[in-house]
Amino acid sequence: MSTRDAPTIDVPASLAGKPADDKIRCDACPVMCFIKPGMTGACDRYANDSGTLVRVDPHVVLDRTLSQGGAVVPLNRGGGWDGTLVAGPHTFVTAIGAGTTYPDYKPAPFIVASEVDGVDMVTVVTEGIFSYCGVKVKIDTDRHVGPERSIVRAQGEAIGHVTTGEYGSQMLSLGGVHHLTGGSKKEGRATCDALLELSNGKPVELTIDDGVSIVVEAGRPPVVNGVAEARMRVGCGSATIGMFAKQWHGKVDEVVVVDDHITGVLSEHQAGKLLGIADTGIKLKGRRSTPGRYFQVAEPGTGWGGTNISDPLSILGPFDPKVARPGLTLLMVSTTGEHHGYYVLDEDLRPVERELPPSLVESVARIEENCEPALCTVLFMGGAGGSLRSGVTENPVRLTRSVKDALTYVTCGGAPVYVWPGGGITFMVDVTRVPDNAFGYVPTPALVAPIEFTLKLSDYAALGGHMDHVRPLAALSGEEARRPVAPRLGNPWPFAPHAAKRSHG
Amino acid sequence: MARVPQVAFLPDGRRLHLQDGPIDLVVEAVGDSDAVAAAYVAAARRLAGLLDALCGELSLLRTPVGPSTPVPVGAVARRMHAAVVPYAPAFVTPMAAVAGAVAEAVLAAMLEAAPLARAYVNNGGDIALHLAPGERFSIGLVDRPDRPGLFGTATVTAADGVAGVATSGRHGRSFSLGIADAVTVLAATAAAADAAATMIANAVDLPGHPAVVRVPASALSPDSDLGDRLVTRAVGPLAPAEVAAALAAGAAFAEALAGRGLIAAAALHLAGETASIGRRFGAADSLPVPPARRDASAARLPARHAADPIETTRGTVHA
Repeated sequence: MSTRDAPTIDVPASLAGKPADDKIRCDACPVMCFIKPGMTGACDRYANDSGTLVRVDPHVVLDRTLSQGGAVVPLNRGGGWDGTLVAGPHTFVTAIGAGTTYPDYKPAPFIVASEVDGVDMVTVVTEGIFSYCGVKVKIDTDRHVGPERSIVRAQGEAIGHVTTGEYGSQMLSLGGVHHLTGGSKKEGRATCDALLELSNGKPVELTIDDGVSIVVEAGRPPVVNGVAEARMRVGCGSATIGMFAKQWHGKVDEVVVVDDHITGVLSEHQAGKLLGIADTGIKLKGRRSTPGRYFQVAEPGTGWGGTNISDPLSILGPFDPKVARPGLTLLMVSTTGEHHGYYVLDEDLRPVERELPPSLVESVARIEENCEPALCTVLFMGGAGGSLRSGVTENPVRLTRSVKDALTYVTCGGAPVYVWPGGGITFMVDVTRVPDNAFGYVPTPALVAPIEFTLKLSDYAALGGHMDHVRPLAALSGEEARRPVAPRLGNPWPFAPHAAKRSHG
Repeated sequence: MARVPQVAFLPDGRRLHLQDGPIDLVVEAVGDSDAVAAAYVAAARRLAGLLDALCGELSLLRTPVGPSTPVPVGAVARRMHAAVVPYAPAFVTPMAAVAGAVAEAVLAAMLEAAPLARAYVNNGGDIALHLAPGERFSIGLVDRPDRPGLFGTATVTAADGVAGVATSGRHGRSFSLGIADAVTVLAATAAAADAAATMIANAVDLPGHPAVVRVPASALSPDSDLGDRLVTRAVGPLAPAEVAAALAAGAAFAEALAGRGLIAAAALHLAGETASIGRRFGAADSLPVPPARRDASAARLPARHAADPIETTRGTVHA
C-alpha cells in the first residue's frame, strides 16, 4: 500500500507538491512530509523556502559563466533540469550550505570531481565549524582609536583588542577562542555575533576602552565617533614632504605636515635641503628623529593627522628671531589634506592665519587626491587543522601536508585564502571575496564557514581520500538545491593552474 | 527512480553509517571479523525497503492508540504499536517509538545473521544494544544537542536486561508536549525506551506557565501525529522551585513506569538540574573529557544524536 492510497491522506494526489496555504509536500523520501513555509521536514534536510522545496541552506555553486547576481535555482528533481550549470569545469561547487558532518565521522557532504584540462580534479566541500576563529580588522585611519592592547567591546562585552598600528591603519584583533569559549556565555555570544556580522559584511559598532566608538564594515569607510573617515593618508608627514616638496618650492617658505607618527618640516627635511630651501627659524615641539622629522609632536587623537590637536600652531615653539623674518609664509597641512592652515609671520614673528593663496590650493588638493579611500578590511581567520580534515581523508595529517606542499588548493566559498605556515591549516580570507552570507554559526558558540579543498584526483587517492564518495560534477544536476553565483571579480578561478592563482598564498 | 539507503563505512573503518530519509543509523558490531561483516550486510539489507513499509501504514501509525485501533501489519510497525499500547488511554501514537523500533529491527537482523559479542544500532540517539554475557557499554548523556556537555553517564552490562536507550526532549527533532531538555531512558527494548522517553518528557511540565511558549503542532508540521496539541517552542527563565516541580512531576511518572516494569531507569534533565530514577546514572565529572572537547562534541549533530556511546563523544577531535 502506498502513502497516496492511505485512507486518511487529506490532499488528493493531483495537488501533491503544491497544496493550498503554501505548505508543500516533499517527495525526497516516502515519508512525504507536508512542510510549512520556513520549516523543515522530518529529516531536517529539506525545507520549504517561501513555497519552494529546497535543501536547507541551498548549495552555492560558483558559476564562471554567470554574471553577478545570478538567480536562485530551485530544487528540481525528475529530469526537468538540463544540467548546463554543471556541465563542465566552469562550475566550482562551494561549501556554502553544504552542511557539515561534524564531528566528521562521515565523509564530507560533497566530494565533487570535475575534469580540468584532462586532469581529474576533486573538490572536497564542507562547512567547517570553527571554534578557533576570529577576524583581523584593518581600519584605514590615522585617528587614534585607542591605545594598543585596549579592549574592544561589542554589546558591552570584551571581544578583542587593539593591536599594532600599521601603515595608515589601526589594527584590531577580534574573536579567538579565549573570547568565544574561554569567557562568560555572554562574552562568547557577543563575540560570535560580532564575528558573524563582520564576516558577512555587515556593520558592527565597537567601543574601545580609553578610545573611540567605531562602526566597522568590511569594504566601507570606518565611522569614528560618528564621523565617517574619507581618506587614508598619502604617507607619513615626512613622506608627504618628500612627495610634494617640489610643488611647494617657490610658493611658500615653510611647510609642516602634521602627523602623529612623523611630522615633517620642509626646510629641515632632506628633500628641502636638496631644493636649496632656506632655513626659516621654525621650532617644532616633540622629539627630533632625523633632520626635518619629528616624533610625538602631540598626543594621539582624532584631530589633525591622528594627533589630538585642533590648532596646529600648538605644536610650534617661538620662531628663532636670528633666522626668521616678518612676512615669512607657512603652510601647515595634515597627511590627508583634510586639515590645512596658511600663516604669515607678523612683525613680532608670530604666525597669523590668512586665506590659502590660489597657488597652494592645488598642492593641498593634490595631497587629497593622492589619498586612497579609507576602508575597513576584515580578514576571517580560522583553523581547519582538526577533525574537519577527516571529512576529507581517513589520514588527516596527509591533508595538512598536501596543503603545505601546495598540492591541495584551499578556498573559502571559492575565495583564495592565505594558509599560515607552520602547523595546522590556519587560513585567512578577505570576507569581501566570499559570496554574500557565506558564514553561519552554531550556539557552541563557533562560526560556520565554508571551506573547499581542491586537488588532483590521483593526489586525493594518494592521501587516503574518500574515493567511494567522489561524485562527478554532472551528477549534482537535479539532485540538490543550488544557488549559482558568479565568481567574484579578481578571485582566481579555483581550477586554474597553480601558478595563476597562487598570488594569495 | 529507485531510492536506496545510503550505506558507507565511517572513516574509522569500524562503524557503518546507514541513512534513508529521516532514518540515520550508526551501527557497530564487535566480534569475529566474518561475523561482523555478515552482520553489516544484514543491517544494510534490513534497512532497504524498511521506510517504504512503514510509510505504507503511516496514517495508522499517526493515529492515537486506543481499544478500537487496529494492530498494524509490518514488523517494525508492530514493534512501535506494542511499545506504546501500555500508555493508552493517554494520548500516544506509535510514532512515539519509531526511532527505537527501527534501531531494534536492524539490530535483530544483525544478530540473526551472526553471533556478536557487542553491537549497537544508534538511530539518532535512540539506541538498540546487544551485549553477550560479560560485556558492557558506557553511555554518555547529553541534554542539549545544541549546547553539548555530558550531564551524566550510564554503564549497561549484559546482566541488566537493558537492550534499549533512548532520549527525548524539546530540543530533539520531534516535538515535545513537555519542557524537559532531555529525558534518557534505559529499558528492555529500544522501542520501549523510545516510547517511555517521549512520555516522560511530556510529563516534565508546568501547565499554564507563562514562560513556556506553546504552539499547535499542526501549525509547525501539518502532518504531525500530534495534531493541534500544543508543543513546546520556548521555555523562558524558571525559578528553581518551578524546575524542581516540573522534574518531580516527570520523576513520579517515571517511577510509576518503573513500577510497572516498563523501564529500568531514567534520567530527567531540565534547566541544568537532573532527577533520576533507577540507580545507574553517574556524574559526568567522572569522565576524562577535557572541557574544550566537550564543547565541540555534539555541536551540529543531527538533533537527536543526543546520547551516543561514549566512544563517539570522546573520539571527537576539535576542528
